[in-house]
Amino acid sequence: MKRSNEPVFWALFGAGGMLSALTGVALVFVTGIGVPLALLLSPELMSYVNMLAFAQHWLGKLVIFAVIALFLWHATLRILLLLHDFGIRAGPASALIGNGLALLCTLAAAYLLLALGF
Amino acid sequence: MSAQTDKRHPYRRPMRGWWKRDRYYIRYLAMEATSILIALYALILLFGLLRLGQGEAAFNGWLEALRSAPSVALHVLLLLVFVYHSYSWFKVMPKTLPAIYWRGAKLPQPVITRIGVCAAVIVNLLVIILLTGLQP
Repeated sequence: MKRSNEPVFWALFGAGGMLSALTGVALVFVTGIGVPLALLLSPELMSYVNMLAFAQHWLGKLVIFAVIALFLWHATLRILLLLHDFGIRAGPASALIGNGLALLCTLAAAYLLLALGF
Repeated sequence: MSAQTDKRHPYRRPMRGWWKRDRYYIRYLAMEATSILIALYALILLFGLLRLGQGEAAFNGWLEALRSAPSVALHVLLLLVFVYHSYSWFKVMPKTLPAIYWRGAKLPQPVITRIGVCAAVIVNLLVIILLTGLQP
């Protein structure tokens, strides 16, 4: 029997869904509302120097990578299901484009994080 | 092949507007549609990472863009979408899990949902409180 590659995508979907369910609201508040409007949070929190230091630390790299990559893999699977529901069958073509874009963004995030150095 | 000429399958139920037939379908679609905005948020962060690598001026430009009114409005919408995602995620979770037994009895679905929502509230608050205390 041919092995299905679907469990891989469902695992990424689940991990991204759980991470975004637990931390998404806080992240959006911090990066998009709190820091830009100086609401509860200091704008200095996301200054260039601080963000560079965060992204150069291995733990910071891991956090940034996990958030960007897992959120995207989670969203990609649901967008493919959504397209399917509106008559665009999740055949090899749409799956290839969707997963390909998610993979491309994942690799871009990994490259950018590594290029920032340690 | 149209529905009329196909003798073996003479009737095909039309699917146009299927999602308006039932409130459950609308809730399902609302849940699935959160993914579009979650992807958008991930791309906003990825763009910030790209600008960070391009130096201080580029990154300050990204921060400046985050301060603009359209961006703040978008993030308020994103906040609501993430709240709904969080709620719907734990609402569906018990249906996707194998049955959990607690002291010999099956854990009821609403209990699992409530535990999940509580966990989400606690973790989200912890992240914000931790960062509020971290004033550089």
